[in-house]
Amino acid sequence: MTSSPSSALSLRNLHKHFDAGRPGLLRRDDRLVHAVDGVDLDLGRGEILALVGESGCGKSTLALTLLGLERPTSGEMYFEGTDVARLRGAALKDMHKRIQMVFQDPYESLNPMMTIEEIVEEPLIVHRSFPTSDQRRARVIQALEDAGLKPADSFLDRLPHQLSGGQRQRVVIAASLVLDPTILLADEPVSMLDVSIRAEILNLLADLRARQGISILFITHDFGTVAHFADRIAVMYLGRIVEIGRTEEVLRAPRHPYTKALLSVVPVPNPRLRQKRTILQGETPNPIDLPTGCRFHPRCPIAEDRCRLTDPPAVTLSPSHSAACLLIENDK
Amino acid sequence: MTDQPLLLSGAAFWKSFRRNRIALAGLIMLALALFAAVFAPVIAPYDPAASVEITIDSIYARPSAAHLLGTDDAGKDVLSNFIYGSRVSLTVGIFASFISIVIGGTLGIVAGYLGGRTERVIMRFTDIMLVIPDLPLTVVIVAITKPRLLNIILVIGLIGWTTTARLVRAQTLSIKERKFVLRARSIGAGHFHILRRHIFPLVLPLLVVNSVLIISLAILNESTLSFLGLSDPTVVSWGQMLNYAFERGAMSSRAWWVLVTPGFGIVWLVLGFTLLGHGLEQVLNPRTEWHHLTDHPLMVSLPAFPETHP
Repeated sequence: MTSSPSSALSLRNLHKHFDAGRPGLLRRDDRLVHAVDGVDLDLGRGEILALVGESGCGKSTLALTLLGLERPTSGEMYFEGTDVARLRGAALKDMHKRIQMVFQDPYESLNPMMTIEEIVEEPLIVHRSFPTSDQRRARVIQALEDAGLKPADSFLDRLPHQLSGGQRQRVVIAASLVLDPTILLADEPVSMLDVSIRAEILNLLADLRARQGISILFITHDFGTVAHFADRIAVMYLGRIVEIGRTEEVLRAPRHPYTKALLSVVPVPNPRLRQKRTILQGETPNPIDLPTGCRFHPRCPIAEDRCRLTDPPAVTLSPSHSAACLLIENDK
Repeated sequence: MTDQPLLLSGAAFWKSFRRNRIALAGLIMLALALFAAVFAPVIAPYDPAASVEITIDSIYARPSAAHLLGTDDAGKDVLSNFIYGSRVSLTVGIFASFISIVIGGTLGIVAGYLGGRTERVIMRFTDIMLVIPDLPLTVVIVAITKPRLLNIILVIGLIGWTTTARLVRAQTLSIKERKFVLRARSIGAGHFHILRRHIFPLVLPLLVVNSVLIISLAILNESTLSFLGLSDPTVVSWGQMLNYAFERGAMSSRAWWVLVTPGFGIVWLVLGFTLLGHGLEQVLNPRTEWHHLTDHPLMVSLPAFPETHP
C-alpha cells in the first residue's frame, strides 16, 4: 500500500497501547493492552468505508485516536497528506474541525440542559468560526436543514428530551456538520434507533456524501447495515485490519476465515440460500496477551501449525482486495 | 439527576414546586422570618439598643400588654430582641453557607473533573477537615480571633464545606463520563468550556439543594457559639439571648419566656430551611419526585403526593 494523495485519511502501522495496570511497590507490571495494533487504512475522498468487527476489537479506540482524543503510541496518521499524529495545541484543535464524530447513542450524546440551537452552535463557539450570533444562527439553521430537520426554526428552542430518537440523531449529525468537516466518523450511528428510522439516517449519511463529498468511516458490527451503503469494507480483529476490499468483493468472496465466519452468521431471509454456519469458539482473546503468530489462530476453524508461529502479512488478492491469512495461497 | 431540566424553565420549575407542600411550607416559614428581619425596626415595639430604666419589677417581668413576651434580666423587651435576633441568624446562615458552597463546589468540581493527583490531594485534605470535630475547632478559632460577626461568618463558612465538596465531586465524576462530554471533547472544546457548559449546569441543582441545607447547619453553629458565650456583644442574637438567660438565673426565676422564645426562633429557621431543602431536592431530582403521569386523567390510582422520607 502506498500513501496516495487522493485519500482523505491514511493510517500507516498505527498503534495505540494502554497500560494494563499501575506498577505497585513490589510488583512490576508493564503489560500493555494492544487496542490498536498496526492498522493500515486509507479512506478516499467522498468514500464510505465500513469498519466491521466484534466488540472489543479496537474500533472505538481507533475512532478516539482519529479524533485526537487519544494520542497514538506509534505509527503515522496522514490527514490530506500531513501527519497529524504529532500535532499539538492549535494545530490539533484545527484538525478537530475537519474530523467530526457521530456517536452511537443519541440519547446520551446530547446535553439535556441545552437547547438544540445551543448544541448545534457549540462547535462554532469552540472554534470561533463566526463572529456574530446572527451568522452563527444562519449556519445552525443551514446545518439542521442539511440534516433533514425542517423547518429548522421550530427546532431551535427545543430540548433534547422533546425529540424522538431519530430527530436527536439528526441533531447530532447537524452539530457535526456545522464546521464543514471533510471526514465523518460514525460509530454505530443507527444501532440505538428503531429499525424503521435506521434507513432514514443511513440515507441521510449517503446523501451528505453525495452532496458535500464528505468521507465517512462507518464503524459497526453489523454486515447487514453496510451491505447497501458502504463502498468498501474493512474487517478488524484484535486491533488489526484482517481483510479489506470493495463491498461486493468482501461480501461475495470473503477470503479471511474470520470474515467468512462473520458472514456465515448474518441472517439470510431466504432459507434456500442459507449456508452452513461457522460458529466461532470462545471469546475474543485478551488484547493484553496477544496470541503468537496469527492473532486469529486460537479460534480459526482452519488453523495449521505454522499459523501459531508466523504473523501473516496482508496478501493482495486484487488491486482493491487484500487479506492477512497464511492459508490464502492454498485456497486458490 | 436525570434528564428533566427543571431548572431551565422557570415556569416548569414553579409548577413542580407549587405542588410540593413540603417545599412550600418551608418557603412560607422563611418568608415570614425574612420579613421580620428586614422590617425589624418597624415591627419591634422597642429598640433593643436603647437604654431602659430598670425597677425591680421590670427584671424578668411576665408577658403583659406592654411586653407581649415579657422582659429579660436587663428589663429589655424579649419580643423586640427576638425580632432583631433573626437578623444575625439569617445573615450568618446565608453568608457562611455561601462561603462553604463556593469552596466546596469549586474543590469538588475540580477534583472530580481533573482526577489523578489533584483529586487525591484535594480529597485527602477534605477528609482531614471532615474528621476534625467542627465545634471545638470553631470555638478555638473564634476565641482567638475575637467574636465579631464577620469572624463568626468566616469561621463557620471556612469549616462547613467538606460535605459539599464530597457530594459535588461524586456528581462531577458521573457527569464527566457521559457521552455529551466526550462529544464536546471531540469537537475540540477545552476544559474551561466543558466545565462551564456541561459540568456546572448539571451540578447546579445539587448545589442549590445543598446550600439550602447548609444554611440551617450554619445557623445552628452560630447559635451554639453564641450560647457558649462566643457571640458578637454588639448585636442581639438568639444564641446570645439563651446564653444570658442561662447564666443570669432565668431558670430559677421561672422566666420560661426568655428561654422558649429564642429557642423557637432557631427551630423555626432551621426547620424552614430543612423543609425547603428537602422539597427542592424532590422537585429538582425527578427520581424522588412523583410519577410523571400523576396528573394525567387516565391515572387514578396514585396518591397525589409521595411518601416523604425524612
